[in-house]
Amino acid sequence: MHPAPSVIIFTTMSGLGYGLAAVLGLGLLDPSAVAVRAAHVLALMLIAGGLLASTRHLGNPQRAWRALSQWRSSWLSREGVMALATFVPLTISAWMSVIEGRHVPLAGWISTAMCAATVYCTAMIYASLRSIQAWNTPLTPLCYLLFATAGGLLLATVVAFASGGPGSLLSVPALLAVVGAWVAKQAWWTRLRTLAPISTPETATGLGHIGRVRLFERPHVNENYLTREMGFKVARKHAVKLSKLAVLVGGALPVLLLLAALLAGNGGLAIIAAVLAVLFYAVGLVTERWLFFAEARHAVMNYYGG
Amino acid sequence: MTSEPRMALSEPVSDEVRKTTCYMCACRCGIDVHLKDGKVRYIEGNRDHPVNRGVLCAKGSAGIMQHYAPARLRAPLLRTGPRGSGEFKEISWDEALSLATEWLDGVRQSDPKKLAFFTGRDQSQSLTGFWAQQFGTPNYAAHGGFCSVNMAAAGIMTIGGAFWEFGAPDWDRTKLFVMFGVAEDHDSNPIKIGISKLKKRGARFVSVNPVRTGYSAVADNWIGIRPGTDGLLILSLVHELLKARRIDVDYIVRYSNATWLVIDAPGTGEHRLFLRDKDGKVQVHETVTEQVVPLGSPGARAGLYGRVELPDGRSAVPAFQLLAEKYLDPEYAPEAVARETGVPAETIRGLAAEIGRVAFDEAISIDQPWTDVNGQRHQSYLGRPVSFHAMRGLSAHSNGFQTARALHMLQVLIGAVDCPGGFRFEPPYPKPTAAHPTPHGKAEHFGSNKPLSGPHLGFPRGPEDLLVDPEGRPMRIDKAFSWDAPISAHGLMHMVIANAHAGDPYPIDLMFLYMANMAWNSSMNTAGVIKMLEDKDPATGDYRIPKIIYSDAYSSEMVAYADLILPDTTYLERHDCISMLDRPISEPDAVQDAIRWPVVEPDRDVRGFQTVLLDLGARLKLPGFADNHGKPLYKDYADYIVRHERRPGIGPLAGFRGSSGDRTGRGASNPEQLQRYIENGSFFSAHIPLEAQFFKHANQAYQDFAVRMGFFDTPQPVTFQLYQETLQKFRLSAEGLREPLAPETHRTRILESFDPLPCWYRPFEEAAVSASEFPYHAITQRPAAMYHSWGSMNAWLRQIHTRNALYVPGPICDELGLASGDWVWVISHHGRIKVEIARMEAVNSSTIWTWNAIGKREGAWALDRDAPEARKGFLMNHLIHELLPPKGDGLRWSNSDPITGQAAWYDLRVRIEMAESGEVSEPHFAAVAPARPHADELRYGQEWTK
Amino acid sequence: MTSLPSLPTPKKLGLVIDLDVCVGCHACVISCKEWNTGGYGAALSDQHPYGADVSGTFLNRIHTFEVVPEGGQVIGEAGEARIVHFPKSCLHCEDAPCVTVCPTGASYKRAEDGIVLVDEDKCIGCGLCAWSCAYGAREMDLAAGVMKKCTLCIDRIYNETLREIDRVPSCVRTCPANARHYGDLGDPTSEVSRMVAERGGFDLMPEQGTRPTNKYLPPRPRKPLAASAGPAVLAENTDGAKGFFAWLDGMLDRI
Ligand SMILES: Nc1nc2c(c(=O)[nH]1)N[C@H]1C(S)=C(S)[C@@H](COP(=O)(O)OP(=O)(O)OC[C@H]3O[C@@H](n4cnc5c(=O)[nH]c(N)nc54)[C@H](O)[C@@H]3O)O[C@H]1N2
Ligand SMILES: Nc1nc2c(c(=O)[nH]1)N[C@H]1C(S)=C(S)[C@@H](COP(=O)(O)OP(=O)(O)OC[C@H]3O[C@@H](n4cnc5c(=O)[nH]c(N)nc54)[C@H](O)[C@@H]3O)O[C@H]1N2
Ligand code: SF4
Ligand code: SF4
Ligand code: SF4
Ligand code: SF4
Ligand code: SF4
Ligand SMILES: [Mo]
Repeated sequence: MHPAPSVIIFTTMSGLGYGLAAVLGLGLLDPSAVAVRAAHVLALMLIAGGLLASTRHLGNPQRAWRALSQWRSSWLSREGVMALATFVPLTISAWMSVIEGRHVPLAGWISTAMCAATVYCTAMIYASLRSIQAWNTPLTPLCYLLFATAGGLLLATVVAFASGGPGSLLSVPALLAVVGAWVAKQAWWTRLRTLAPISTPETATGLGHIGRVRLFERPHVNENYLTREMGFKVARKHAVKLSKLAVLVGGALPVLLLLAALLAGNGGLAIIAAVLAVLFYAVGLVTERWLFFAEARHAVMNYYGG
Repeated sequence: MTSEPRMALSEPVSDEVRKTTCYMCACRCGIDVHLKDGKVRYIEGNRDHPVNRGVLCAKGSAGIMQHYAPARLRAPLLRTGPRGSGEFKEISWDEALSLATEWLDGVRQSDPKKLAFFTGRDQSQSLTGFWAQQFGTPNYAAHGGFCSVNMAAAGIMTIGGAFWEFGAPDWDRTKLFVMFGVAEDHDSNPIKIGISKLKKRGARFVSVNPVRTGYSAVADNWIGIRPGTDGLLILSLVHELLKARRIDVDYIVRYSNATWLVIDAPGTGEHRLFLRDKDGKVQVHETVTEQVVPLGSPGARAGLYGRVELPDGRSAVPAFQLLAEKYLDPEYAPEAVARETGVPAETIRGLAAEIGRVAFDEAISIDQPWTDVNGQRHQSYLGRPVSFHAMRGLSAHSNGFQTARALHMLQVLIGAVDCPGGFRFEPPYPKPTAAHPTPHGKAEHFGSNKPLSGPHLGFPRGPEDLLVDPEGRPMRIDKAFSWDAPISAHGLMHMVIANAHAGDPYPIDLMFLYMANMAWNSSMNTAGVIKMLEDKDPATGDYRIPKIIYSDAYSSEMVAYADLILPDTTYLERHDCISMLDRPISEPDAVQDAIRWPVVEPDRDVRGFQTVLLDLGARLKLPGFADNHGKPLYKDYADYIVRHERRPGIGPLAGFRGSSGDRTGRGASNPEQLQRYIENGSFFSAHIPLEAQFFKHANQAYQDFAVRMGFFDTPQPVTFQLYQETLQKFRLSAEGLREPLAPETHRTRILESFDPLPCWYRPFEEAAVSASEFPYHAITQRPAAMYHSWGSMNAWLRQIHTRNALYVPGPICDELGLASGDWVWVISHHGRIKVEIARMEAVNSSTIWTWNAIGKREGAWALDRDAPEARKGFLMNHLIHELLPPKGDGLRWSNSDPITGQAAWYDLRVRIEMAESGEVSEPHFAAVAPARPHADELRYGQEWTK
Repeated sequence: MTSLPSLPTPKKLGLVIDLDVCVGCHACVISCKEWNTGGYGAALSDQHPYGADVSGTFLNRIHTFEVVPEGGQVIGEAGEARIVHFPKSCLHCEDAPCVTVCPTGASYKRAEDGIVLVDEDKCIGCGLCAWSCAYGAREMDLAAGVMKKCTLCIDRIYNETLREIDRVPSCVRTCPANARHYGDLGDPTSEVSRMVAERGGFDLMPEQGTRPTNKYLPPRPRKPLAASAGPAVLAENTDGAKGFFAWLDGMLDRI
């Protein structure tokens, strides 16, 4: 699949935003602290930015509102509905924190739950597609949820350190979530790389009873919408290398930095370490997301020799 | 659930439907052109049309994009830069026509042969040929010489008609259909319709073709033959059929020259010619009385074998004896030819067995009494439901004429010509060779300011009809009908530029071309031809080919090499005539012709070429085009179509003749004729009565019908010429036994190839180059969705074939370590090209191939400079030379069939070498025209959506 | 409308494509383009029509495959590779994922006849339906930003301004080899259903669980020519020309 920047930005940014918002919703941090107030705004900005980015790839964004109508069947629609709905408790929580400096548990907990649900919906857009076998697994939502959680906790750790809150306390679950996310991702990758394709040129053409089937000529010589959108191919060698890099940058480094922050106590060093952890994590996450698309093979490529 | 959107499903398709004839290729299907707001909305096949019955191919449907292509020429052009620069200025038609007239008139007054008028893929040859004849130049032909004259000449000289445009398998009845070397054919929709009929009926379809694509892909059996060896395969089938006694003896006795006595008198000028009496009648051996009697003597039972001693001491044998002895020889046994052809002996034997079984054990009959030309009544038509079709895979070889003859002979031997279930003639064919003219163009046939004394093209009956001077030198610029290519019935368009450039046999002043992309895909040795067109005589500074006038409708590669361009309309904007005088669209059951008419108005300063030609004829005051006072005889082509008469009562169109439009074939001209055609869907069809539908070559009712229709003025039955006497006359000349004698230089060649019985010899290029140096065959195929070079300006079609790959058999890839996407040098004795390859398994293991004419020259066809057609597409033509490699005899023979002069495109031998991968295939030429502005996005039809 | 019809549609209109006769001519591709570019919905645009990266929206395309027998059933001459031309357009699936993923309801399956359509006025061009289609039957029109797909020529098959005989899809009407057939696959007595039954029509990628309406007919089994070779068919004397001429004598007597 073509790793479109808009979609990568959307899933990573909104993932981080929802993660952060979800942690904030738990009310573990001092709602009146400047950093926490800023965090509320940041979460909203990340979410809104991600959603906005996602409309970038629409052919007719002016009709985007229509996407809310089919929540009964469409995960994309559900995602849209949830995203919008989640804004309600989120805005309330943010308002309360930013303006009034307090945490409203009900709104907060609802926010947390809805954030998780939204991320789940996002993941299910992909996980529900049978045509893309790589995604079509419960591991996909699990990864999305864990990555959002880890991202949220990492960001919250920074906020906690910055607001003099329980930074050290948060860094432990953050560390565990980061490890958990990458462990889940590793399972996802292992599945992907050992996957026997359910659809092959033989099943795609029904000619398997005659012999081995190979594309001889494309319908049109040049690329078309389908091959551009779904024909993206990354060499396996590069994919493996990149995935290791992602684990290193987005997993190992943040873990080390979190440990460093823990050791550094609550001072500026801890903040710096936590910020660096977030940044590395983000880089790792973007790489992971890029690979999520780039490595996924669409069944249609059975018709295009890909 | 919400409700489904409501839709308007019954919108009228268009404001108006105009029915005309497609011309995205030469198949000439009927089309319904839907017009909306004056624009073409939709083109679909005309369901009532006999050629395509409603279907349409990709090209036909893409007519919209052809018509609105930015590559279309807009106005007459006069060259301003050097040839090839593409620099022109637009001029008015008045200027253009005056200039053309001045150039043409100069030549006509001084030396008319200094005009070479060649017309490419011309569908108006009865007009262009007539014009050239009235002009008086001997130098006229159309594209047949580089196309498929082998097929045409061999067919006509053997059975009086050819696969090529003048016949078709009996699709509704045939049970075994064998196709040789066909990718698309001119009959492209009818063949597809036919194949689907066969499939539906469970008939067997065998394809003999080195490549298993297109039709071959759906064939029940594919024989992946080694190119150039079909003759051997066919003769091996004949061998098997003779051995198995699967010969229709009754048929060959009645309809062929099998019984004709052939003189056996070695060393004399009559050796192996037919025995004739004083009146010139051929003789047969009457087996009951043991007498030699004239053919057709009442009650005579003519023998098929047995030597007869003649009173003069010579002896004679029936032609069939020579035939049977020749092909029963074990050299034609399947085992003997298996290696050369690459076809397993078992497969050959199986095919022969099937042909024999189906022809004889599954014979069919139609209960319809009929009478043959000898007055004998038959109760039914006996059918041998085996049919064949062949095209350029056989004919584009230097042994193609004989191979095509072999296939026609095979059909005759099993009695499958024009019978139910066999190959069937399409009127005005069959026509015996004797009914064709001999060629005109000898010195006494023309002179300044007078018409040529007869038609240019025809069939020489022997060396005496050659167009050569007393020294044996060619009289025509293309050397047609010379010792080089004695029976070049369609001329040799592919030699014109090379000969004119070399001034051999003489220089010319003016080349007038129409509809032929000679600076690109229709020439061999394309780079060489481009040089010849650009070459100047250092002494005078003039171009060696001084003036070139060209008519095209698009900015093709050739446009850049002309001095004066006469821009044509598209096929939707002009009148055209698919005439009975030329190559009509008849079917085996019906006489048919068709027209085109302007279904949309030209929106630019272009004119139909035929109208322009009439105008030029009138300005030149050519007889037939201007009256005694020099006034034009015809207003335009439409007027000519209606009023021109070739013979009294016979004009371009056969339908709706006579003052009230009720006459067919013969009749006075009818001013309403075109209107009647238009009302009828732009075609005319007259059914042949059932009693005249089969065995047309010998069917009295058909012969009478043909005379009524005006094909001939007296019946012209055909006797199939299994044994070809004309060829033997050439051999006698080559043996020095018969006048005129063949030049020394040509004797071996003639002796080896002019066998009066079909023979096989190794294609010349293969024989001339070393098999280890050039181990592979290289051929091209027509893609179904492109017509030569005309498809690339078409936004829809070009997406299908934006570039071409070289297909290389798996075993060769493995041997050379090649994979799809690699680049290679392909090297022939003449040149090298660098191209990208793709692997293929379903192909003869010594054959590489590509789609024809996808490669384009940068700048042509109004494509962007970086168009893949020009960067990665390529032509095989760069590897093919118009001459064979030097043999050390001081001569360079033309790379053509020695009998007909047909260009031997598919004789090419090459080797492959791995190359650095590249971005651009080589050779790559400088851009040929300045870039043209065009839209960067097309949304055709958007204005009609709501 | 994104939900699929709750009941099986009374009609299942679709195509049956005969791989045994498709010669890969692309006629149906261009006919489809020209019909649909001025008809239902936005025009089918072409980007860089005369440039290097030319590409356009097509609702039907012909793929070409090479099949090399490998211990499988050999239906050509023994052991030989073959080419199969493979037309592909929307299969109008019964369990069409392209419909259920659509967030706007633009994609829908008609309850009456099962045709899967896009209501372009609702389509936001998110592309998800194209992702969900394993068959590559949906293409986004880059100029209009809406999803295009085979409409089964709904503006032909119900078009009362057309002659009855012409109320078939454009691709079906034009196919020179008659490889495309249109009809109601829900009616077991229809011609297309009978064809499917007789010829063993099959689904593409059944494992995708889409239950396509369109069916493909496999290449017919083939018998090698060599099988006909048999022992020499000669009853009579086979020794060369002499025996042959003796036979001729007998034949001539019969005429
Ligand atoms: N390698 C290789 N080369 C081959 C062949 C092959 O098999 N392999 N085949 C050979 C054969 S059989 C043939 S017939 C030739 C074909 O060769 P050409 O006849 O030269 O082929 P086209 O590309 O059809 O070129 C005809 C010209 O007609 C122009 N044209 C199109 N429509 C009109 C019109 O309405 N009016 C006018 N005035 N002009 C028009 C086109 O723009 C084009 O420039 O190619 C030959 N070349
Ligand atoms: N779509 C389309 N239709 C066309 C044309 C076009 O350009 N496009 N051109 C028209 C013209 S001008 C012509 S002349 C006709 C030509 O019509 P075809 O004769 O069908 O055209 P070619 O592509 O030359 O096909 C020759 C076939 O012979 C095979 N072949 C080559 N060498 C041999 C051999 O030695 N033995 C055998 N058995 N087969 C061999 C090739 O693989 C190829 O399949 O098509 C006409 N129709
Ligand atoms: S075969 Fe195609 S291009 Fe040729 S005349 Fe027929 S429809 Fe037109
Ligand atoms: S083929 Fe694709 S677009 Fe058509 S109904 Fe099935 S899933 Fe949807
Ligand atoms: S592209 Fe249009 S039809 Fe497809 S899922 Fe999106 S909104 Fe629905
Ligand atoms: S049914 Fe109509 S829309 Fe569908 S592929 Fe055929 S022509 Fe195109
Ligand atoms: S028109 Fe018919 S034969 Fe040609 S590609 Fe389409 S389905 Fe195949
Ligand atoms: Mo040709």
